[in-house]
Amino acid sequence: MTTTELTDVDRDADGFLRDPQQWNAEIAVQIAHEAGIEELTPRHWQVVSYMRDTYLATGEAPSIRTLGKASGVPIKELYALFPKGPAKLAARIGGIPKPHGCI
Amino acid sequence: MTTTMEPTRELDVTPAAEELPEPIAKVSIIISKGSLDGVYPGLIMANGARMDGIEANVFFTFFGLEAITKKRQDKIKVATVGNPGMHMPTLLGVLPGMSWMATKMMSRKMEKLDFPPVSEFVEMIADSGAGIYACKASVDMFGLEPEDFVPQVTGVITVGEFYEQAAGGEIVFT
Repeated sequence: MTTTELTDVDRDADGFLRDPQQWNAEIAVQIAHEAGIEELTPRHWQVVSYMRDTYLATGEAPSIRTLGKASGVPIKELYALFPKGPAKLAARIGGIPKPHGCI
Repeated sequence: MTTTMEPTRELDVTPAAEELPEPIAKVSIIISKGSLDGVYPGLIMANGARMDGIEANVFFTFFGLEAITKKRQDKIKVATVGNPGMHMPTLLGVLPGMSWMATKMMSRKMEKLDFPPVSEFVEMIADSGAGIYACKASVDMFGLEPEDFVPQVTGVITVGEFYEQAAGGEIVFT
């Protein structure tokens, strides 16, 4: 079995993957650990997948407002799951570029 | 020759440039104005802080209280008078409907950029874990009661209590 290591993927200075295609679930778990999230629960995955799928479909990461309304995880829970900032952290774990919106 | 100066200057600069400034860990944002253009910047900064994992508190004072007053928060308008940024002569700004129109235009643009209306924005910020406070002096001055405020308000506090809350962080006045 081959394991993808974080050192195998190309990331920017903030730890975001430069190429979303290099991403896989192992990478996601390792980035989560790096960010202090011990375990990616199904609720974490719901947010991460929504973030990634939206980015891959539209070319833009959803805002925190959209995330709260459309991911199925309300804002309060988003912050409980990703205390250091839900949108950016979910984007980092989901292997997509850093979101640039102000909202 | 000036070459003797070069190494000294380089030595001064290099270590400082490598030393990153301490990241901001906490902000206390004061919102003191009751116009749309007075309220949004503070809300955006508070929400933005939480989005980056920065602890945030928002303190509403004077006309800023409109943003957390149930009956007022979604009726906040753009100031068309005394606002040079509107590029509108003051005498035009006083015409009936002018502020309504400017507000409508700005709200449409903000909705496109995914800016929530004031009520939803305050709720989002509260849900993100930020404290929402009303200034006691202003509440007394305007004769407001606790039931006049939206449920997200954490408390009515004095300026002294505000400084206690703000301890260890940055204070931003808007």
